[in-house]
Amino acid sequence: MPALALPAGRVPRDPAWLSRVGLAVLAVVLLWPMLVWTEFKPWELFDARSLKSTAKFLKDFVPPRHDAEFLQLMLVQTWRTVAIATAGLTLAFAVAVPLALVSTARLSISSLSGPMATAPYLLRQGARWAAIVLRSIPELVWALLFVRVVGLGPTSGVIAIGIAYGGMLGKVYAEILESGDAQPTQALLRNGAGRLQSFFYGTLPQSSTELVSYTVYRWECAIRSSVVLGFVGAGGLGQELDNASKMFAGAEVATILIIFMLLVALADRLSSWLRKELG
Amino acid sequence: MAPTLAHHLQLDALSVRHPAARGATLALDSVNLRVAPGEVLAVIGPSGAGKTTLLQAIACAMAPVAGHVELMGALPWALPRAELHRLRGRLFLAPQVPPLPPRQRVVTAVLAGRLPQWGLAASLRSLFYPRDIAAAQQALQRFDLADKLFERVDRLSGGERQRVGLARALVSKAELLLIDEPLSALDPTRAAQAIATLCDAARDSGATLVTTLHQVEVARSRFARIVALRDGRLAFDLPAAQVSDARLRELYADHEDELTADYAGAAPWVDAVPADPVVQPATCR
Amino acid sequence: MSADARLLARARCKACWFMAAVAVLVVASFWSLDLKWSEFLAPDALGKMAQFLAGFFPPETAPAFLLKTWGALLETLAMSALGTLLAALLGLAVALPAARTHAGDPARLRPLARLLLNALRSVPELVWAALLLISAGLGPFPGTLALALHTTGVLGRLFAESIENATPGPADALRVRGVGEARVFLYATLPQVWPQVVSYTLYRWENNIRAAAVLGVVGAGGLGQMLSYHLGLFQMRETCTVLLGMIALVGLVDALSFLARRLLER
Repeated sequence: MPALALPAGRVPRDPAWLSRVGLAVLAVVLLWPMLVWTEFKPWELFDARSLKSTAKFLKDFVPPRHDAEFLQLMLVQTWRTVAIATAGLTLAFAVAVPLALVSTARLSISSLSGPMATAPYLLRQGARWAAIVLRSIPELVWALLFVRVVGLGPTSGVIAIGIAYGGMLGKVYAEILESGDAQPTQALLRNGAGRLQSFFYGTLPQSSTELVSYTVYRWECAIRSSVVLGFVGAGGLGQELDNASKMFAGAEVATILIIFMLLVALADRLSSWLRKELG
Repeated sequence: MAPTLAHHLQLDALSVRHPAARGATLALDSVNLRVAPGEVLAVIGPSGAGKTTLLQAIACAMAPVAGHVELMGALPWALPRAELHRLRGRLFLAPQVPPLPPRQRVVTAVLAGRLPQWGLAASLRSLFYPRDIAAAQQALQRFDLADKLFERVDRLSGGERQRVGLARALVSKAELLLIDEPLSALDPTRAAQAIATLCDAARDSGATLVTTLHQVEVARSRFARIVALRDGRLAFDLPAAQVSDARLRELYADHEDELTADYAGAAPWVDAVPADPVVQPATCR
Repeated sequence: MSADARLLARARCKACWFMAAVAVLVVASFWSLDLKWSEFLAPDALGKMAQFLAGFFPPETAPAFLLKTWGALLETLAMSALGTLLAALLGLAVALPAARTHAGDPARLRPLARLLLNALRSVPELVWAALLLISAGLGPFPGTLALALHTTGVLGRLFAESIENATPGPADALRVRGVGEARVFLYATLPQVWPQVVSYTLYRWENNIRAAAVLGVVGAGGLGQMLSYHLGLFQMRETCTVLLGMIALVGLVDALSFLARRLLER
């Protein structure tokens, strides 16, 4: 075996050792305040009082409440949740389509013969930023704000989903439109077709399946959002869950959770099937 | 400079640079050209000579860095944008690779040539039920494709797609037809038919036809006037009878293989690779 | 009609059925909900909205309040960071049984582990927080746990997929010599999937900061709790400050996460 070219007797130290120690120290230094600020006291979960209430709550889970009257009420609320999600997503679609059409560079006429002109560029950027702002604010915050304007009820939920998802859909629609081949659209624009004409004859045929697929996927997410918005008064399963958990009614919480998971699983299955069929 | 009506198309010392190109290399360098209305001419030259760029410059798809373009009695780059767009509706530029959306039906793809004349509502209605099937059928018939009227574009072969692109030109009622390499994916019989159809259609409607060709023999035999480019400059602009073999050899010096290619055409057909889907959602945010 | 044309006709039929079903669902949804259109279509609606929006400005900038907001901001940041960190650890722990680590792996716990991960991720963080309030009381602690639970489901599944897609060579070489599964994971699989683990975790942190900001609405502390409190008292200017704090925090975390991912890609 060839001899190592080392100065006699010297074993090299691990060169990464120092930086690793440094990182570890940094991690502890960052971790400690985080634990303090979040009042991270896991042992409190197991103190006598909290353990008793948790145990009682969990015991009530079995059996979940299954009397006919309650189940009927839950069915109605489940439909409300789906209805809020669907109405919200429809509103979001109405917001997203103009946003996407305005922000996409695909339909730019000025860029047919050189770089895009300033005014159209600013308009497109403006639309892009509008979509980003709309989606940056969580739908829960939008709902909280709108509850102040229109009161409790499904309206605030529908608008909140409409605005937040409108921004999301608008941004992704624009990305999908720009991912297709530009040639068909540009050829039509170059030969004097209008912007919307070129969109329907050149851009949309290529992107339609992906657009539909993403929208169906977002509908599924809207159902989950709709449940979350129930906690701020939009009605539906979320509101029932909020009421039940505040009253420590374990049996009802269990039923509602089971219904929710079934709803999500059903929506997931439906959405994958639809996306496969239309693909 | 007041536009003159004697010429349908007039280029004066036109120089154009590719937007992506760095440095001072011009794609077209001081090209002069005058074309009368209804004229039919072929543009030849080795690869990289600027033939496609010439068509794009004429179609107002590239702004000149020097010189003038005058088109159908107007100065396109002096017009406001809306006017320029209306002017574009009177010409037709057919790129070498037919710009057809894969999932569209042939009838819709062909009728898209009529879009500048249709309003938005009519265009949308035509998507559901094509407005002028007869016109599309006639155009396709002239290229021997009438049986593919309701097929999807992506089920056609490369040559068939190219002919569909040409059928769109026929349907378009344009006054100025700019066709880039119409024969590159066609076999000799089809190529002969296609070029004959194009020239006949242009003559019947009184349109001006400018087409780039790689197939020099076709150019010499079918076109009365031949314009030759080399390295972005105009090499010669002569009646076909005066284009001798010697001139051609000089034009294609260092590109002899292209001269003998004849019907072999330009770049082989490459199907566009479908892009990966944009979003692979895994969770709701 | 040729076979292709018939296929095309059937596809159009499918599209028509789909559009019809969507139309029915949409109409039924709008009709069955009692939406307050009058609130928006009334002539004074715009005026009311404008008045409502005007109440937000100028945002409250009293030093005492800014200090409180800053405290809540740190609390929210800590919630999101700690919750994501916990989720990464737990996610890795659950991802191991949830993944078929090599071709001969019986993976008996796989269906159970996958079910657990699916259950964890299908319940939104807010719902987890509302339930955890029962055990953990009010404050940022249940919020942190809620984020951790939901994100464990998300990350666990992503990690399990990464583990299954890792090249088997290094792991097999160790297994062949009789090294136990835990050490095979630490020495062979984890180094391979580490970049993806970090990348997914950082990406989820970006998502979780948004979630953490609103968890407080149910009482889980941070900026969300302040937002709900001040909005409930119609204190619009304070609400505006809190909202601006949220936007700034989200932007900060997005930037940090982006930088960190860029740094690690080098």
